[in-house]
Amino acid sequence: MSRHGADRGAPILALGRNLVVSIRDDLDDQAIVELQDRLTEEISRRRAEGVIIDVSRLDVVDTFAGRMIGALAKMSRILDARTVVVGVRPAVAMTLVELGMTLGEVETALNLDRALEILAGSKSR
Amino acid sequence: MPPAPAKRIRLASTSDIVNARRAAQAMLEAAGMRQIRITRFSTAISEIARNTVTHGGGGMMELAHEAFDGRRWLTATFTDSGAGIADIEQAMSDGFSTAKSLGLGLGGAKRLADAFEIESTPQGTTVKLACRLT
Repeated sequence: MSRHGADRGAPILALGRNLVVSIRDDLDDQAIVELQDRLTEEISRRRAEGVIIDVSRLDVVDTFAGRMIGALAKMSRILDARTVVVGVRPAVAMTLVELGMTLGEVETALNLDRALEILAGSKSR
Repeated sequence: MPPAPAKRIRLASTSDIVNARRAAQAMLEAAGMRQIRITRFSTAISEIARNTVTHGGGGMMELAHEAFDGRRWLTATFTDSGAGIADIEQAMSDGFSTAKSLGLGLGGAKRLADAFEIESTPQGTTVKLACRLT
């Protein structure tokens, strides 16, 4: 399958039974929707147990991007994978709250290490 | 230092939303603003630019340096020729949405900007956001 240009700005890496998505670029709406498609496909194909979404490079997360991250977490859950968002910048966190987007249904962690700890903990239970 | 010239960004498709907020980010960085203020204002721009594209059928955004109320501002003026918003007060309230969103956009953008104006007729909508520079 050709992946030409598909993961531009948001490569998906496999780390053990987890997938790590690093959102590098300021993604436009179409790229966010494409990422959802690619990620759900990868979760199912690799039988991933966890998904880590790294947003530390983003300095704007608007309501559209916030909703997409929330939807991604829900889709992952249906596919039996747990999602943790890491690296939310302080300015982004404050802005999301003012927008009324609390990302309540999404788990967050300070960094990749902490996210891996959370995911490892959920497996042993 | 002379102010940067006004900048016009065409908002035809959702991919133009990124151009709009990047242009604002660059102008606020050039003006020496702190990151939290840059993030707040560019997020507000992202929300309104999306409205212009999805509800207004596309339009323009103009970024300009202005002086009023004894201060300097970066303003972003969005214009479209869409059908307009019938009830602005209702549209500004959180939770109101005519399309598939949570309807946090207009009210959220107003909270994130330092000044906000909206005018809507059946011939189109103009939204002006301002970020205080001094």
